[in-house]
Amino acid sequence: MTSQSSSAIASDDLVKQYISFTIGDDHYAVEITMVREIKGWIPTTDLPNSPDYMRGVINMRGVIVPVFDLRTRFQRGTTEPGRTHVVIIIRLEERTIGILVDAVSDILTIASADILAVPDQDANPEYSFMEGLVSVEGKMVAILKPDLLFQVDLITDNMNPKE
Amino acid sequence: MSDPMEEFKGVFFEECAELLINLEEGLMQLRDGDSDPETLNSVFRAVHSIKGGAGAFGFDHLVSFAHIQETLLDDIRAGALTMEVDDFTVLLQACDILGELVGAAQRGEDLTADYGSDIAAAMKKIIGDADAPQSSDDDEKPDVMPDEQITRHFKITFKPHLHLFQRANEPLLLIRELDSFGQLSVSLNSSDMPQIEGMNPEHAYFSWVFHLITDQNEEDISEVFEFVEGDCDLAITDLGPYLSPDDFVADEAAGLFAPEKLPEKTIAASPGKAMVSQSIRVELDKVDRLVNMVGELVITQAMLREQGGQLLSEQHPNLAQGIESLSRHIRDLQNDVMAIRAQPVKSVFCRMPRLVRELTTSLGKKARLVMSGEETEVDKTVTERIGDPLMHMIRNSLDHGLEAPEDRLKAGKDAEGTIRLSAFHRGGRIIIEIEDDGAGINREIVLKKALEKGLVAPDATLSDEEIDNLIFMPGFSTAENVSNVSGRGVGMDVVRKNIQGLGGRITIVSRTGQGSKFTMSLPLTLAVMDGMVVEIGHEKYVLPLINIIQTLRPAPADVSPLPDGRRVIMFRGNYISLVPLYEIFDIKDARHDPCESLVVVVEGEGGQLMGFIVDDLVNQQQVVIKSLESNYELVAGVSGATILGNGRVSLIVDIAAIQEMALEPQSIFTESPPHTHISQEIH
Repeated sequence: MTSQSSSAIASDDLVKQYISFTIGDDHYAVEITMVREIKGWIPTTDLPNSPDYMRGVINMRGVIVPVFDLRTRFQRGTTEPGRTHVVIIIRLEERTIGILVDAVSDILTIASADILAVPDQDANPEYSFMEGLVSVEGKMVAILKPDLLFQVDLITDNMNPKE
Repeated sequence: MSDPMEEFKGVFFEECAELLINLEEGLMQLRDGDSDPETLNSVFRAVHSIKGGAGAFGFDHLVSFAHIQETLLDDIRAGALTMEVDDFTVLLQACDILGELVGAAQRGEDLTADYGSDIAAAMKKIIGDADAPQSSDDDEKPDVMPDEQITRHFKITFKPHLHLFQRANEPLLLIRELDSFGQLSVSLNSSDMPQIEGMNPEHAYFSWVFHLITDQNEEDISEVFEFVEGDCDLAITDLGPYLSPDDFVADEAAGLFAPEKLPEKTIAASPGKAMVSQSIRVELDKVDRLVNMVGELVITQAMLREQGGQLLSEQHPNLAQGIESLSRHIRDLQNDVMAIRAQPVKSVFCRMPRLVRELTTSLGKKARLVMSGEETEVDKTVTERIGDPLMHMIRNSLDHGLEAPEDRLKAGKDAEGTIRLSAFHRGGRIIIEIEDDGAGINREIVLKKALEKGLVAPDATLSDEEIDNLIFMPGFSTAENVSNVSGRGVGMDVVRKNIQGLGGRITIVSRTGQGSKFTMSLPLTLAVMDGMVVEIGHEKYVLPLINIIQTLRPAPADVSPLPDGRRVIMFRGNYISLVPLYEIFDIKDARHDPCESLVVVVEGEGGQLMGFIVDDLVNQQQVVIKSLESNYELVAGVSGATILGNGRVSLIVDIAAIQEMALEPQSIFTESPPHTHISQEIH
């Protein structure tokens, strides 16, 4: 299950676990402590007049949780969800959201020293939703900050022109 | 973790809030001629308790002020003073100041040392010695009971249940404690004691009648028996002030024991106290968790019904029956749980008399506030959120509604105006009315203002009702010159917004020269509502049942197009517009032709009717309202969401918002005739 990203982890390094998942051929990860649950795709209820990456809401044991399509958020089209697609339920500070991804792949244990900076992130505030990049078995995994990922003002400020 | 003292303080302030309410209420009853000594006693007790607590926490200012008020009340109680109505005004003002002092203590602020000194002086003047000793009184320790408590005579019947000892209780300890209260006489009844062979050593067979002469009150006595409550028959009877030692011997012979009857009698004699011992404080969080859990239960039950309904009841009669009684029980449970959150509107109403007192003074008007239906219960969220709108409306009635005393006299009215604030239940909603007997709305001025501000087209003809309702429009202020009373930046439009935010409606009826009446209609709870589930394309939406007038399928000839693109149908003699919900909610696979689908006629704000086009009706059911904002954000046209029996989320249509979205003037309406244009803006 667990794959070590680095052969030697210095003892004073901050080591955290992440859940990695895929959208197409791309790999992403979020910190495992944020993840509440991983659910198979279930049909959502559409919210009218909402952005296209907003896939609607689902009932999670009595709580209404919005589900976002990460593929649409990254402007790679719309996910056609099937049985293999999953929704990762993430607890942010005060909100619970779900993100629709293709599949969950692994649990990664990563030392903070192994997380590399996103190039030119400072110059591009719209990329601030990435915490950093890490290389796992030769593949690049982008570690996401879900709280910034769906911050509406950030998205509308930077995404609108491309729509 | 937290300072225990802080916790006690918290409890003290909570109690103060209640005591202040009781105090004010009691004083007003007394002013209005209530001569029940218990009212006076409860008023006195309220001040005394506040003083006592304040002393324990070292709020000196509060203690010294409360002490003067207490002394005055004590003199009244002792019959040393006869009170005039004006004196009660002083006491009521003192009550306000006490409230301020409590508030300041709670916030940890220091008011100026002479805060309230004028009222204190006025009270001292009533007491009759303006030079009453001050410093010595101020130092008084509150835990030392001054002899202001009247010595009273209580008869206490105490009959333990057999299992008393098994609950680790010991009557002797109770008797010793009673003895410490004052002069105690005990008579034992051992007639229930069985023969030795039939005796169970662990059973309690004795019972007692006590006569207690004490300066403690009934509450203190019942506290002694706090831990045996439920394990004994207890009756505490207040036989009145203690006069002479010979008085009580007389009734001794008359059957010592009637424990079955006495409790009822005592409860009837002092309902207030019975309530105190039978209520508990529960954190709101706990209640809300309970409410949520019951909400879940309602949803699960709806699911069971839906699934169970598919089974043949002949095949599984017991299961079907079980589901049926489960539904019934859950509905009862839900009602009971919601009743826990229900609060009398008194908690809001009680803030109004003070407001009226303050405002009449600052506005130079005379007004009397008459309240009724304070006991009407409504969900706590509702009481919390109607406070501000209500205060604003009262302010408005006083400022704009009531005339100055001289004008009233000229008009042949009593110089003192009357504002009636009443609450009652009607049709599953709570109705709150604010009525004044003032001049009514000056329609000329209102219309002039509206024209000036461009809220009404110049050539419009408006009905009286339409003019009256102009005051709810944004940017409208009727005050000729904005006074500091009403001109606080809040208009009646904000009031209406607040009421709408609660799922309520507000209307006004005004008669020139006779006054105006605002009527608010609010839901009893914000947690559940009766809804009609409708289908629009593949989605299901919920319409609030309260707004639905009728459902119909029009014939093609009934539907007529308007030049602006809207469609209308004839309904009960009027044309109403059809609202294409599928367009507002952007649902692709819905039917567009109202003659193939259905039209649900709903009543929007201001009684305006609209026809919502929906594909089909699904069913009518009670829905639990869930918030979308907690995890997402507000969605236009949707007031919330709910979970249907199949576990899917369904959105609740916000009728008022749809009305605005569909009918508010947009570019396409610029061509419409002025009259329609105005009525759209009004409603």
